[in-house]
Amino acid sequence: MLRLEKRPNPSKTWAYMAPVLAVFATMIGGGIMFAVLGKDPFEAIRTIFYDPLFSEFAWYYRPQLLVKGAPLIMIAIGLSMGFRAGIWNIGAEGQYIIGAICGAGVALAVYPAQSAFIFPTMIIFGALGGFVWAMIPAILKTRFGTNEILVSLMLVYVAEQLLASMSLGLLKNPEGFGFPGSRNLQQYASAHNAELWTGTGIHMGVMFAFIAVVFAYVLLARHQMGFHIRLTGESPKAAKFSGVNPKRLVVYCLGFSGALAGLAGMFEVSGPSGQISIDFNVGYGFTAIIVAFLGRLHPIGILLAGLLMALTYIGGEIAQSSLGLPSAAIQAFQGMLLFFLLALDMLTNFKLKLANGGSHP
Amino acid sequence: MDLSSISPTLLVASLMVAATPILLASIGELIVEKSGVLNLGVEGMMIIGAIAGFAAAVGTGSPIIGFFCAALGGAALSLVFALLTQFFLSNQVATGLALTLFGLGLSALMGQSYIGIKPPASAKLDLPVISDIPILGPVLFSHDITVYVALALVAGVWWFLKYTRGGLILRAVGESHDAAHALGYKVVKVRIMAIMFGGACAGLGGAALSLVRVPQWTEGMTAGAGWIALAIVVFASWKPARVLLGAYLFGGVAVLQLNLQAAGVSIPVEYLSMSPYLITIIVLVVMSAHRNKAALNAPAALGRAFHASR
Repeated sequence: MLRLEKRPNPSKTWAYMAPVLAVFATMIGGGIMFAVLGKDPFEAIRTIFYDPLFSEFAWYYRPQLLVKGAPLIMIAIGLSMGFRAGIWNIGAEGQYIIGAICGAGVALAVYPAQSAFIFPTMIIFGALGGFVWAMIPAILKTRFGTNEILVSLMLVYVAEQLLASMSLGLLKNPEGFGFPGSRNLQQYASAHNAELWTGTGIHMGVMFAFIAVVFAYVLLARHQMGFHIRLTGESPKAAKFSGVNPKRLVVYCLGFSGALAGLAGMFEVSGPSGQISIDFNVGYGFTAIIVAFLGRLHPIGILLAGLLMALTYIGGEIAQSSLGLPSAAIQAFQGMLLFFLLALDMLTNFKLKLANGGSHP
Repeated sequence: MDLSSISPTLLVASLMVAATPILLASIGELIVEKSGVLNLGVEGMMIIGAIAGFAAAVGTGSPIIGFFCAALGGAALSLVFALLTQFFLSNQVATGLALTLFGLGLSALMGQSYIGIKPPASAKLDLPVISDIPILGPVLFSHDITVYVALALVAGVWWFLKYTRGGLILRAVGESHDAAHALGYKVVKVRIMAIMFGGACAGLGGAALSLVRVPQWTEGMTAGAGWIALAIVVFASWKPARVLLGAYLFGGVAVLQLNLQAAGVSIPVEYLSMSPYLITIIVLVVMSAHRNKAALNAPAALGRAFHASR
């Protein structure tokens, strides 16, 4: 019989190895799933992981990696702060939507004025929108002790309804021939979050994502707040003794992740997506949860995990058109990745030992 | 706007149907949480149950087999959760989230060829004379069988927790797994059974949604019902009878807002559709404001991993 023995300290090696092994295990598990669906598993895995980077059309897909990776990384960086301290914001999808509505709302309010101040104002309002939306669970938790998981999640559905109402009502394009959806911000120069260098996919949001990674790294490694977050996660009791204010931590973590999710939404609506529409949100807020865990809640890890997850999105789209793989298959594939990661994570904290039957200490 | 078109009798009758999926899922989750496990994957298990039940019912033409397969599907997915949290000792919050994400993806995958199909109608209670009594008949005696199954399940869970030895063991495991382990109870075994019961109930709830309430299959059709079920368990402060109250309350809100939409109230549809979620939040706040009362009743070992070191 195999027996588990708790390690005195988490294994460093396994902390690095678990995500890598989880990706390989998912390739195998996903391959089996694709085979069950009647697709060639080897071709499917190659299409998802190899083609976006090295195929004939990779010049088109590589920039997409940054476009899709940036919101994931930005949201996951914010979430990871809270997850470390045991504060579970799982409503990033809602904060992302509200950030987009607020950012786009500012631009549409002043349309068609052109000014260099419009885009920076949108950035501020996008972050503010996400921040305010995340403050709802934060304040309810600190004031009344309400569970932040359920409240932040419920607010996703509220935000989705608000999005529908906005794209059918207040923000609807008056020249849109009655179709739902706002004006396209890509055609509004002052509000357009354009590529900074043509053909690279790098827009302002990508830059912000990188800044967020660096900021989070410095915060965690060098700042007292980062120390408080890490301490609370590893030993809530020790944190209490060293004078951590848990309420401030809740407000801080939820606010930070909300603002980043709002920013991600703002950059998306003013750039790649272009307009507020009913189906504007595509689940980045939920996928970012996987990204945060896959990246070990560490900024650099999240950067890599975000790019990998972006790869599966793009690869999934290619597989959809070339192999007829359903789009939902990728969602299941990503979920599977999290399962394998959580399972392999055990090896970080426990040692597998061959127990010789009956000789229990 | 014509509020007189809303009939109270029909309202009560339809709220019972509307509440059934949530009621089934939350009574299952109640048992899971009573054993000290927090499974946030209710939404994922519900939607797997919804599509498994739908597919089986359409395939065989029998709703009964559909419900059976739905329970099986939900339990199967919950087994993944059980495996990860009980043997691999993974974080319960993260694993529950993974279950929901995976379930939503897998169900969309399974359900592709079922969009736009009508499932076979499931049996309704039809007692001669009694079902035809005005008001009482439609409210109490002419529902779909699932409504009664859910009610029976609530009663069964209440009785199990209160009067049986099994219920006592389950509660002991949920209050202090170390003490239960020291007494010789198999903590992991008890928890796995509880998790699977919860999965089966969530699966049934999903099928009640796709086969009775809607009845149709659409991607992501649970739309947060699983999360509302989790909220109801908190609202009920882990008491079966209050779960019933909570579920019917939310069923009432859901049905009332639909009726108001149909009656053409001047509030935009989107804001009415928000109401069940907003009310869930308000109720959670009210419950947690009386913190001592609700928290006292929460299983003490809720969400904590158990590892027998010796």
